[in-house]
Amino acid sequence: MTLSITLTVNGTPHHLALDDMRVTLLDLLRDRLGLTGTKKGCDRGQCGACTVLVDGRRLNACLSLAVQQDGADIVTIEGLAPEGSLHPVQEAFLEHDAFQCGYCTPGQIMSAAGLIAEGADGTDMERIREGMSGNICRCGAYRGIAEAVAEAARKARTEADA
Amino acid sequence: MPDDFASQSHIRLGSNSGKPQTRLDGIAKITGSATYAADNAPQDMIWAVHAGAPAARGKVVALDTAAALAHPGVIDVMTPENRPELAQDPDARAEFFAMKIDVLQNDAARYAGAPVALVLAETLEAALEGARLLAPQVEAEPARIGFGSSEPYEPPFVGFGSPAKTVTGDMEAGFAAAAQNVEVEIETPPQYHNAMEPHAIVAQWDGDRLILDTPNQAIVMSCPMFAAYFGIPPENVHIRSPYLGGGFGSKAVINAPQILACLAARQTGRPVKLVLGRSQMFGPVGHRGATKQTLKLGIDGEGRLTALSHHAVAATSAFDDFLEPAANASLNTYACPAISATHAGSRWDIGTPGAMRAPGEASGSAALECAMDEAAHAAGLDPLEFRLRNYAETDPASGRAFSSKELRECYRLGAERFGWAGRPLEPGQMRDARGRLIGWGMGTSLFQAPMFRAEARATLRADGTAVVETAAADMGQGAWTALAQIAADGLGLDLAQVEFRSGDSKLPDAGIAGGSGHTATAGSALFSAGQDVVAKLAALALADPDSPLHGAGNQAVTARDGRLFLAADESRSASYADILASAGQEALTGNGEGVRNPKDAEERAMFSHGAVFAEVAVDPDLFQIRVTRLVGAFAAGQIINPKLAESQLLGGMVWGLGFALHEEGIHDPRTGRPVNGDLAGYHVPVNADFVQIEALTVPEADPYVNALGVKGVGEIGITGSVGAIANAVWHATGRRARRFPIHVEDLL
Repeated sequence: MTLSITLTVNGTPHHLALDDMRVTLLDLLRDRLGLTGTKKGCDRGQCGACTVLVDGRRLNACLSLAVQQDGADIVTIEGLAPEGSLHPVQEAFLEHDAFQCGYCTPGQIMSAAGLIAEGADGTDMERIREGMSGNICRCGAYRGIAEAVAEAARKARTEADA
Repeated sequence: MPDDFASQSHIRLGSNSGKPQTRLDGIAKITGSATYAADNAPQDMIWAVHAGAPAARGKVVALDTAAALAHPGVIDVMTPENRPELAQDPDARAEFFAMKIDVLQNDAARYAGAPVALVLAETLEAALEGARLLAPQVEAEPARIGFGSSEPYEPPFVGFGSPAKTVTGDMEAGFAAAAQNVEVEIETPPQYHNAMEPHAIVAQWDGDRLILDTPNQAIVMSCPMFAAYFGIPPENVHIRSPYLGGGFGSKAVINAPQILACLAARQTGRPVKLVLGRSQMFGPVGHRGATKQTLKLGIDGEGRLTALSHHAVAATSAFDDFLEPAANASLNTYACPAISATHAGSRWDIGTPGAMRAPGEASGSAALECAMDEAAHAAGLDPLEFRLRNYAETDPASGRAFSSKELRECYRLGAERFGWAGRPLEPGQMRDARGRLIGWGMGTSLFQAPMFRAEARATLRADGTAVVETAAADMGQGAWTALAQIAADGLGLDLAQVEFRSGDSKLPDAGIAGGSGHTATAGSALFSAGQDVVAKLAALALADPDSPLHGAGNQAVTARDGRLFLAADESRSASYADILASAGQEALTGNGEGVRNPKDAEERAMFSHGAVFAEVAVDPDLFQIRVTRLVGAFAAGQIINPKLAESQLLGGMVWGLGFALHEEGIHDPRTGRPVNGDLAGYHVPVNADFVQIEALTVPEADPYVNALGVKGVGEIGITGSVGAIANAVWHATGRRARRFPIHVEDLL
């Protein structure tokens, strides 16, 4: 049995005939669409490495079956910024050395982008740290991550005000 | 900064080292284009998933291979009955770093989660379902879990070849001279590395050549180890490991699933991808073994140690030996006329432990620093003052001089930054505005500064740029960047002029990324490869009658910014490109080796040092602990990249908090199964755990560790932090930690 679904991923519509209903959104992105920037760290929604934006909101891609996302608009790390440029969150991550091994980084960045876009970051570091705590970084780059998110949030707010 | 930097070392490093260079692999990592092993998907690839033993210690009596084979997409099931031969006995420990592994050699289960079958399928979904359908059953004997479950034994050595028993001085006389003794017993649990990137391998064969995409901390060293299992020459193994999603020791030795994937690829003639599930990382890929440590400190009326005994019972598996060398942490930290560091082993039905970030030092210093805190209180002294009174001017274990030791400055700077002065001696004296109990604690950090052996190659090209090559491993520590900075300095080029190739076993051997010795070792090789190029270039220029440098003495030339200068008259210089062109050479290659001067190694004790200060806030009713401040000050020789070194130190301190408050692998005492074998149950630190965390470095010149003056920063951060947090918890609550992690119920 196959099921046809339509997904928009990083602005590109995909019409997919899924031959296996068990395929998660994460495995679809990685194994069938070749978008390996989104990482699998636990496959159980416990680490956040697979965070993507679905209709603008953060989602652990491992916790959703691909078929549940029929019609959704998905943004992954590959599509966060136009080719050849960086999203303010990416720039801030680089500047603050907010990563080491890099494996959790796409998920951290997508989480941060979502957090800021949702306006859920507030202004204080405590809320940012809490909001980013669904994304585990085993290298322990937490201070850099929190600082990077704060800076990107400040920039986003300044731009919104301008 | 470059001038100050150069003056600290006994050789002149160039302008690249010492700069807070942003990670050169940073763009790849923040855009998702960095390829980790599991991101590879060669044509015609199939998936492998192993099924694990549901219980430790027993015989596999049921395995429903028929059900798995009947599942659509499943290609084959490998079991002990049909598993192809291996050329090496997996229980042989044929090489020093080759641990015994469970690769379907028989139907015995030696620990829960050990591979009992391998399912091969066209898709990941089918392979996962196939493995589930196997529903293995084990006829199990009761598992031996915990220190009471088996008789301790005397090991020949601990860790990887560290002494199991060291005694210096007269213990009896030492304790007899003590005004009082402090005795402390502390347990530490099994801890699991849990790198964010699960262990993964994509294995493919090309005839009798094996090509592997797999994260590996010792890329070249691993080739013969893989080769031995398949009876092929080491040069037939090609390991590609450009990015490791964390390692922490767990990706340094070969594990069973990797070998099974290689076997499956050879048998099917197709590339095979195998990626461990998170729960599968609680068994076959090592862990930090549990310890039960007993310390006895004798102190005189002046607050000086008269004797220090540290005994550690370390847990290992029922079938192999890796004993956390915990007690050895007491050998090199504090001055004491009599020190005894001894170990016993305890066999549990659990996967074999291995090296995990600061193996030995992390567990051992945690216990030592807690004991020192108790001793300070017993002596009526401030914990910092007590440590200063017992400051080791020479290595307590060997009597040798330290190659360098700026620990006093670490204490001073850390204490000042933290605001340690005025700390009340007695616990339970401080509260914050919210009524929480506030406590301050500290710990000394110590980690060896080893060097292994590495090789590197540098090739200058006709246009004056260079390519440098060594098979280093960057698991997040920043090797891609710091090593390239050193290489550029060796060549006298700007970093932008140097192409750095790494992470591939076809390149010169960079040794292991472990023991906090990678930058020192591989960096030394790279620097000397660059210097070799410069020397050859100088020889060309000096011999060339048309060169502005013609006829100058060999020592009289300096290399900088892609030019050779006459030291006595810097107006006379020639560019690398011109020298090559005049000599009619397309390129010039130099080689280098990184190895410690044996005389220095013999004569000096070499360690990185540091001091960590912690503040905790404890809820007076619920005893929930928050670490509100963590300040570390470290002396680790020459810092090549301050930005990345700071990140390494902070990461170690984060691990210290995990050790102190969170991490605990719990095994069901009946079956041996991990009870909390995932990231929901096995707690690692998260962002909300850190309110304020800071890592400072103090300048330290070390002319003995290596020509670069480089020690290491990868592991030391964990060592002082655990004790500092535990001691702060005591200072807040008056309760001493007797086990890690500290539980709320321990404080009630």
